Amino acid sequence: MPGVLTAIADPSVRDAFREWLLRIADDELVIGHRHSEWTGVGPDIESDVAMSSIAQEELGHGRALYEQIAQDEGSDVDRLAFGRAPNEYRHAALLEQENDGWEYSIVRLVLYEAFEGARLRLVAASGQEPVAGLARLLGREERYHGLFAETWLTRLAGGAVDGPGRVQAALDAAWPDALGLFEATPADDVLLRAGVLTSSPAAQREAWTDAVRPVLESCALTMPTAEAREGGRRGVHTPAFGRLLAQMTEVWRSDPEARW
Amino acid sequence: MTIATDTLERAVWDILGTVEDPELPISIVDLGLVQDVRVEDGRVSVRLVPTWIACPALALIRGRAREALLSLAGVRDAAVDYTYDEPWTLERVTARGRAQLAAHGLSVPRCRFAEPAVCPYCGSHDVVAESLFGPTLCRATYLCRSCQNPFERFKPPADA
Repeated sequence: MPGVLTAIADPSVRDAFREWLLRIADDELVIGHRHSEWTGVGPDIESDVAMSSIAQEELGHGRALYEQIAQDEGSDVDRLAFGRAPNEYRHAALLEQENDGWEYSIVRLVLYEAFEGARLRLVAASGQEPVAGLARLLGREERYHGLFAETWLTRLAGGAVDGPGRVQAALDAAWPDALGLFEATPADDVLLRAGVLTSSPAAQREAWTDAVRPVLESCALTMPTAEAREGGRRGVHTPAFGRLLAQMTEVWRSDPEARW
Repeated sequence: MTIATDTLERAVWDILGTVEDPELPISIVDLGLVQDVRVEDGRVSVRLVPTWIACPALALIRGRAREALLSLAGVRDAAVDYTYDEPWTLERVTARGRAQLAAHGLSVPRCRFAEPAVCPYCGSHDVVAESLFGPTLCRATYLCRSCQNPFERFKPPADA
């Protein structure tokens, strides 16, 4: 059975779809790694387990997406996940930033899950099987992440003393990077023209803003007005990613040919 | 020796019924993972539906299923693959599977996670969700306010 990529006849559409898949998988891998840093040090045992589970799910989702590329190209998932140069990763900067406190991780989770749910619906509508089917399944799993994130956001933002201020500061810090999730690249144009992608990055951003506004405002948070910080989708990353990549790939690099 | 295809197909289902989920005391047939079985000239192909895409047991289940199939007389080759064509849902669990999970102390919703939870020990509905994220991806943790027992409840991927 041909893979999803070889089934696409037009080489430019095939390359663009690969770019899109890689971007989604990289987002999941990198945020999964960041979430996993809460394992053992979460604010309470339930949240520790929850964040660890969310990490496990994001890594599993990344793996399933990398598999779609790897099986088409005769490569292996680990090499794709761990064996690339930093500028070959396509995730947005939001996912690579350090966990600057629990409130930052929760705000990031709220913003990312709203984006990810909508993006998976676009993949599901792309008509490209079996990836479209995979996206439908992933969407069902992501739903619990958003619930967890929003429950915590409400709790933190409604806290006494410094809670609201700290959550607002985290939101202000995360906002430019969150807008960077929608960075447009030539691959988006190709997919839009081919009808594989049915919403432009600008339209996606508008829909996302409409979706997160009521969540944030119900927590008495102010919508930031800062501009987007972009680069990730083109492989330009912040120093935080260099540190993350070095740690995440340490075991794999010790023996890339090892069979696990 | 040639074994009739329908006989072999029955043997395939029977042996898949002995392959257990590594995290639950239930076979992959009773859990509803087996989507279809095809037997052709001693070559068996089985399609499985994953419960959770990120479940760390997927590769293990696939390996165990293939190993079991290859142990059957008359099987020359076996392929086990996951399909994303349709979602796994609670309706796929057999009555026997539900009974096994209940005996294991796991509460299992009838069809949707959103329906009211029931304590598997005393049958009370006076329960509270402690966390959506339990010891495995497919289990949430609860506390029964009637009998004071903590319990786990099967958590399928969210309702579509």
